[in-house]
Formats: sequence, structure tokens, C-alpha cells
Amino acid sequence: MNKMDVKNIEEIEAEIIAEFDLFDDWMDKYNYLIEMGRETPLIDPKFKIENNLISGCQSRVWLHAKFEDGKIIFTADSDAVITKGIANILIRVMNNQTPDAIINAEFEFVDQIGLKEHLSPTRSNGLLSMIKQMKLYALAFKTKSAQA
Amino acid sequence: MQDFDIQKIRGDFPILQRKIYDRPLVYLDNAATNQKPQAVIDAIVKYYSEDNANIHRGVHYLSQISTVAFENTRKNFQEYLNAAEHYEVVFTKGTTEAINLVAQAFGKKFIHEGDEIIVSALEHHSNLVPWQILCEEKKAKLKIVPVNDKGEFVFEEFEKLLNEKTKLVSVAHVSNALGSINPIKKIIDKAHEFDVPVMIDGAQGIPHFKIDVQDLDCDFYAFSGHKFYAPMGVGVLYGKEKWLNEMFPYQFGGEMVDQVSFEKTSFNVLPFKFEAGTPNVEAVLGLDAALTYVKEIGVEKIAKYENELLEYATAELLKIEGVRIIGTAKEKASVLSFLIGEIHPYDAGMIIDKLGIAVRTGHHCAQPILDHFNIPGTIRASFSMYNTKEEIDQLVKAIIQVKSMFE
Repeated sequence: MNKMDVKNIEEIEAEIIAEFDLFDDWMDKYNYLIEMGRETPLIDPKFKIENNLISGCQSRVWLHAKFEDGKIIFTADSDAVITKGIANILIRVMNNQTPDAIINAEFEFVDQIGLKEHLSPTRSNGLLSMIKQMKLYALAFKTKSAQA
Repeated sequence: MQDFDIQKIRGDFPILQRKIYDRPLVYLDNAATNQKPQAVIDAIVKYYSEDNANIHRGVHYLSQISTVAFENTRKNFQEYLNAAEHYEVVFTKGTTEAINLVAQAFGKKFIHEGDEIIVSALEHHSNLVPWQILCEEKKAKLKIVPVNDKGEFVFEEFEKLLNEKTKLVSVAHVSNALGSINPIKKIIDKAHEFDVPVMIDGAQGIPHFKIDVQDLDCDFYAFSGHKFYAPMGVGVLYGKEKWLNEMFPYQFGGEMVDQVSFEKTSFNVLPFKFEAGTPNVEAVLGLDAALTYVKEIGVEKIAKYENELLEYATAELLKIEGVRIIGTAKEKASVLSFLIGEIHPYDAGMIIDKLGIAVRTGHHCAQPILDHFNIPGTIRASFSMYNTKEEIDQLVKAIIQVKSMFE
């Protein structure tokens, strides 16, 4: 994708909401999540290490981020497909965005696509932890680039 | 089964009328906590509507009737467990607190540097971590009895671990993760040959077995009310008088003291020296109602029915291609842990939940035993007296749906 074509976070969120609106029942939504899970931009195996594991998940989730031309590129993996699907949605929203855009994003779209239940801590699927970790990466890259 | 009226029993549990995502609730997470019959709910409501007062303290009418009801529960459990004395029944907030109580109070007095404590590889974390911490503090050693690939306690290995350094054995009656029933009578008898006391974590035992502590000759037996149709926040520690008397209290405050001055405090007698502070009276009275309820039906009948469910579920699940049962001990109680092909238990659990079925997924607070099987977790269905074969059929359908979505 040409970098000029990158949509902003709100635009991508609206796109995802529209996609999920196509489904009437939860089963189709989950099937879509599963499909998304299989298309997650996979983390390079060399980054699939303990240090990149996100805690607080029933399944294991690895997340990696790199900073290029002022934008962040995320990759991830999980041993559970639904979790991977959730990771992919977040990556779609946050990839190629600036640290500031990520730090300031509210991620309210998660409610609107019917994944609100995943925000509950008892689900322990790590949606919240993933968001937190992505924001932490953004903050770290921002600090680093300010120092550079 | 004769005189086991499943429809009547289901009618006694109001929550079973509930719908989850517009589907009738199928509750198969009984090893985590089971549901409460109306009689238990009524006992709590009655206590707060009519009888609430602090116990063991006032001379006023309400305090007296509440105290009597509370102490009657202790006597009822003495009788149910066949304890020699009513004061060998100590109320705690659950199994975890009971085990911690013994780890602290027994540990303080009887565990010293170089001593050994034995647990098994299939313990719940609450019967593992308190002993680990105690051993660290005391520079003692924790020894682990291994399990075989069926999830059975390896008795021969246990015998090898017992020696003159062993000061305590603490094992689960029934494994919460796999359902394996441990040979506790044999374990107790063997440990006693070395004069080693034995604690039984009975959290998963009490719902399925009639416990006779004198016949078992266990030194401690702990369980939680909430896995026995009673409210959360109450449990029982049975302990032999000879140990309880020797043990120093582990919490201090009101009720557990005898004489207090600024220089010196002397402690109350058993069981009160282990019951510091105002107890959870409502939960104890709910526990009493649960006991009455279980006794009316008969725990043997309940266990027989639950075994039928377990056998049925095992057979039906094994008909589904790719389903693996984790924990295939010869002796099992009402817990069925399984995996569906390569599907992550978390993925399966999400879909099964959406179908209105409550199962547990994950490591069941027993990580070491899952490490033994080299798996991240399982899906666990656990059965109670109010479950039916039709509900198991629902679970089977749900598994087939999971397969169609993930494979």
C-alpha cells in the first residue's frame, strides 16, 4: 500500500464497523473473526519470544512493533484463533499510524462491533492488554524519536 | 434411577430457569462452584429478615438464637463427617483459607529446617503454593508425588518419598482439573506408618462422597461450602483435636481470645481460637441448609447419578472425531477435561459459551498437571445432581459446531 493512501484511525474503524454490520448473528461475527485471525500479519518467528508475550491472556499472544518513517508497524501471533482475529483488527487500525494517533485513539469501535464483552477482564483474552501494549510501544517510539 | 427425581431436583434450583443468550442455561461448571437450591437462598433471606445479630457475644434474644443456629451447624457437620468432637469442626472462608491456616499454624510449630512436606503433582494451586511458601520460610523441602499418563497418583513413588524427615502429607481427594480420585485411605494409612499426619484437600471430594473422618483417620480435611450447594465465603476445616490443640492461632482479634491485657493475651479454646473476628454467619446457616438438602436426597444417590452422567458424557464425547480426554484415571468423579483436535481451549470455550453452555477453559488453577500433559489448558465440563443427559447432548452438539468453525 502506498503510504499516501493510509487512512486515519477513525476511517479504518468506520470500515470495520461497516463490515461487522453485515452480520446479523454472533456466529457469523465469530466466523469473520476467525477468518481475520487467519490473516493476521504474522510476527517474525525470531520475535516470538517470552519478552514479546502479552500477559493477562488465557491464550498466548505475541506482539512486535517496529518504527519506520514516523509510522509504527505491528505484527502478532496467538495460539488461539479468536484472539488472533482480535489482534488483527487492532493491527488493521493501528498499522502505519503515527505514535500520537495511537496514543490518542479511544478504540470505541470495539463496542460497536459487538466485541464489548471482550473488554471485560474476566474474559482474559487480552484485548485490553493488547491495546495497552500497543499504546506503550507508541509512547516508547515517540519518546525515542523526540530524543533522536 | 429410582427415587432420584431429576425434575423435582431441577425445580429446586431457581437459576436453572435462566436463559443465556436466549438459550436455556446448561451449567456444566460445577467443579468451579455449583448452584444453590431455594432452601439455601431462603436460609440467607430468613437470617437477614428475621434473625440477624452478632453471635457468641450478646445476651439478647437475637444474638442467642443466631449463636444457637451457628453452633448447631457445627454439630450437624460433626455428625455428618463423623468427627469425634464438635470443636474439631472449624469454620473458615473456604478450602484455601483452611489450607493456609494449617500451613501457618501447623507449620509454625511442627516444620523445621530440613523437614519434608509431600504433595502430589495434581494439586490445585491452593494446595501447593501455601506449602511452597512455608518450605521457603522454614528451609524445608517440598516433595512431589508424580502422576502417570492417566492422571493417577503413583502410590509406589509416594512410598519412596516417605521417610523420617517427612512431617506432613497434603493431597487432594479429587483432582479439580482431571477428576482423578486419589486413594486417600491408602495414603493416610501408609503415612501413619511413619507417624506423618495427612491433610486432605476435599474441595472436590465433599460434593461426591460421604466423608467419615474417623474411618479415614485423616488428620485434616478441608472443603468449601460453595462447591457443596452452599454460599460462597464459608468452608470447613476438620482437624484432629490433638493437632488443633497444639497449633498456635494464625489470626488474632475478637472471639479467639480468653483474657487480654496490655502485657499478655491468652487464647480461647477450640474451635474459637481459629475463628478470629465475626464469622460469615449467613453463609454458615446457608451451609446448614445445604447439608440438610444433600442429606434428604442422599450423597450416595447423588454420586451414583453423577457417575452415570460422567460415563455417558465420556462415551458420547469419544464418538466425536478428534476429541481427546485428558485424565483417564480408573477412578474419576464428575469432571471431564478434554481437547478438540488442535483447537485452542479458549477458542472452543468462546463458542460453547455463546451456545448457552457454561464450561471452564484454561489451566483450572492447576498449571503443573497441565505441564505434565504438555498442553496449555483444557475444556472442562463438570457435572452435578441437576444436570441431565439432554444437557450433555447439547454439549456434544456444541463441540461439533466448534469443529465446523475451526477445522
